[in-house]
Order: sequence, then C-alpha cells, then structure tokens
Amino acid sequence: MSAVESIVVVGGGQAGLQTACSLRDEKFAGRILLIGDEQHLPYQRPPLSKALIEGKVEPDALTLRPSKFLDDKKIEILCGDPVVAIERVERRVRTRSGASSAYDHLVLATGTRHRPLAVPGADLAGVCYLRSIGDALALRKRLAEAEQLVIIGGGFIGLEVAAIARKRGVRTTVVDIAPRLMARAVSSITSEYFHDHHARSGVTFLYQVKIDAIVGRDGKVTGVLLNTGEHLKADLVLVGIGVLPNTELAIAAQLTVEDGIVVDDVLTTSDPDISAVGDCAVFPCRWADDQPRRLESVQNAVDQARTVAAKLVGRPKRYASVPWFWSDQGDAKLQIAGLTAGHDHVLLSGEMGDDVFSVFCFKGGALVGVESVNRPADHIAARRLLQGDVRPSPDHIVDFRFDVKALEAHARSSAAEARS
Amino acid sequence: MPLITFVHPDGREEILDVSVNTTIMHAAVAAGVDGIVGECGGSAMCATCHVYASVDQADVLPPVSAVEDAMLDSTASERRKESRLSCQLHVSEAYEGLVLHLPETQT
Repeated sequence: MSAVESIVVVGGGQAGLQTACSLRDEKFAGRILLIGDEQHLPYQRPPLSKALIEGKVEPDALTLRPSKFLDDKKIEILCGDPVVAIERVERRVRTRSGASSAYDHLVLATGTRHRPLAVPGADLAGVCYLRSIGDALALRKRLAEAEQLVIIGGGFIGLEVAAIARKRGVRTTVVDIAPRLMARAVSSITSEYFHDHHARSGVTFLYQVKIDAIVGRDGKVTGVLLNTGEHLKADLVLVGIGVLPNTELAIAAQLTVEDGIVVDDVLTTSDPDISAVGDCAVFPCRWADDQPRRLESVQNAVDQARTVAAKLVGRPKRYASVPWFWSDQGDAKLQIAGLTAGHDHVLLSGEMGDDVFSVFCFKGGALVGVESVNRPADHIAARRLLQGDVRPSPDHIVDFRFDVKALEAHARSSAAEARS
Repeated sequence: MPLITFVHPDGREEILDVSVNTTIMHAAVAAGVDGIVGECGGSAMCATCHVYASVDQADVLPPVSAVEDAMLDSTASERRKESRLSCQLHVSEAYEGLVLHLPETQT
C-alpha cells in the first residue's frame, strides 16, 4: 500500500461513520469523505425496533454524531447522493449526481437492505419493513391505529416489535418458516424461553409455515394466506425475514463477492486499495473455525471500523473481536457473547422461570458462547473470557459454579503466571 | 435546563445547558463532546460513555443498577467508586451544577 492521503468511505451507517471517526482517533491527517445514500446524518439503527417504535425517542436523538463534531474532525460528509460506480483503475468513485471523488483507499460500508417478501400482495399498503428511520416512523404510525398485526419472521426485530405491540393491546401473531424463534442466532433452550415469554403476554405463534400471499381490499392489507390454507386477518403486516448485503457496487467493480463482500483477516477485499466493514463484509471468522461469516451487529460494525482505521495508519491487526449482540424484548434483555450456532452441548445456569438465566453453549468440549437473559454480569464476564485464550470445558464451568466472573479472573491470572 | 460541566483529562472544561428528558450520554453526543462515545446508543451494552461523578454529588444521581454495575466492570479506563455510565443518567433539574470528569479513554 502506497502512502494513503485520501480515504473515501461508502456508506453512512454506523460502520462507515466509525471508520471515519477511528481514522481521526488514529491521527490520520489526510482527507476523509463519507458518502451515504440516506438524507439523514449517520444514525443508530438498534433503537428503531425498540425506543423509536415505542415513542420513547425521536429520530433526531438517534444521530450518531452532530455536524459540528464532524466539522471539528474534518470529516466531509455527503448525504443522499449514493455512489453508483467504483472506477478501480483510476481509483475514483462516482455518485448519482455525477460528483466524482478520488481515493487512495476506499472503504465499503454499504450495509444491508431488508430481504423482500416475494409473494403476491407484498406491495399492499400496510405491509411494512423495518430498516430505516423512515420505515420505523411509518410503522409507529400504523401501529398506533392497528388492531391485528401479523409479523412474518420470528427474529430479533419481529420479536422486539411484537413485545411493543402487545403492550399497546394489538392482537399479534408471529409466523415463522423455522420450527423455533431466532433459530439462526440462539440455542433452542433460549428459543423456548422467548416463545413462553411472548406467549404469556398474548402473542400467538405459528411455526414451519410459509406465506402463500398477502391479501387486501382497496389496495390495503386485510390478511395473510398461509401454505396450510389458513387465513390470518391483519390490518398491519411486518416483514422481518432477514437482510441482504448491498454488494451491487462491489460486483460491478469485479471484487470477489459471495454472501457479502469478501475480505481477508485484515478486512482487505480482493483489491488491496479497498476494504469492507460491517454488515456487508464476509470475513474469516475466528469464532467460526475461520470459516467465512457475515455478522450484522453494532459490535461488528464498530470493531471492524477500528481494525481498518488501524491498518490504514500502518498497524494491521487481524480482526478477532468477540462478537456480541443484544435484543430487548419486553422486560427480557437478551445478551449474547460469542457465536453459539453449531454448538453440541449446553448448560443452563439460573432459572428460566425467574426470567434470569444464562445458557452456556459448547462445541467439541469448549465454550463457544453464552446467551444471557437479564443476567448482564454473566454476559460481560463471558465477553472477556472468550477474548482470552482459555476455552473452558463444561466441567470447568461447573467447577466454578457458573461464576463466569471468577472463572474469567482465574483464567486471566493463570495466563499471567504462564507468561512470567 | 440544568448546566452540566464535562472536564476533559487535560483539564479543559465544557459546560452544556442540558434539557431534561434526555440522558447525559445523549446530551453530550448531540453537543459533540469528544470523549463520550456511546456506541450502543444507550442500551448499557458497551461502556463507552463512562464518566466519573464527583463524590459529593453522588446523592443527586440514581443508584447504580445491576446492568450498569456489570457494565462498569468492562470500562476501558479504571473503574472507581465515582464511575457511572452516562447513558443511565436521565437528566433532571436536580442535576444543576453537576461536574463530570471524562476518563482517559473509552475504548
């Protein structure tokens, strides 16, 4: 890599903004231009399905950094004018309005978009998605008038909204193609807990069903037709069936793309002058036996941004941060440290009936992740524990009576002893 | 609209006129106070809005919750008895004159 004096970041989400901020934290003195396709300054997305829908915060409060801060840091920002082409040979990007910007290094933080539901009737009024501030405000307005909500997809977003809808007294049904909730993200024991948790507040669940069509009258949704022949009445439908990475720019520029923009362990794409970070990047994941993974989370966005910033000022370091996630569903706060998919053994600590517990997930006899509900101390200690080199076995965890904090402290002092 | 003072590690002071119905973290971020990060947006998940509140003002602040207590164990700068997460401090008129010291680093 030759001397980098000008960096262009494509994508105005949390990963893009954090890349710009981290470059300044790393004392990068050159030009930084951040180009986003939304009109709004970069904002936080997690509250869209939580506090914003509930009416506890307004959009302005979600702005990650005010323009004064960006001015002070000499971060140039171009909102609402998406990049339409990367010219790799000339090292330039072009935007829709025709503006052209040269780069020495380009960072792609293009994020994801919602996966569209491809069935007849999906374009009826009252069929909503939740990805942007605009989506969230529209859903909030409709939720205030809704009587019967059908949520397609029992993932984090769907369940967060289900909890809020039930608080408002909206009849709520969640339908999922999978046999259990959040199937890709959590253990079955945690799925079961959340099923019971939401069922207690009156949410109805239908599993292993597909949507045949969304039906309506006068252009407005009136129901959902399932492959079982069942017809669910609905005046509001939320589709939360996952996201698709925004890879069109990268594909057009002939970068290597699979289920996302492929990067190496320092987050460089197949072009040494281009990196990718956040939800759009597929990286060799330390937490998945170095297999390619794409993670959609604040943690991944922020930590990858920092990794790229450090690389661009000459301190490349393998991206190996412990993944963590959270989801607030009614009064149950789910916190996940590590990646628990593919585990072959679990241990439960605490009482699910008390709504306070952790599920320790193991693979091949080693801890791979911990899912905690209303048990933040376990979560934090698990993050620190996983960041170290020790991979506790189930026996280890039991020996320490599930006291993750004590186990983590012990692991740290053992490591220190081994070094001295 | 209480006045709240942020003291940077180098002694520089920033005084904000903060509206109630927000948190100290949000107010600081909105005003562009360098040194408050708040990367999780106020969900008590990241411990990057750490502040030190003066001991003699501790009684105007709410008690530390279990979530905040757990998170304070993972701050980048040393946890002290004055340590708080500013996302958990909902501004009220009682905060008038509050002085908060910023840690050396949040990450």
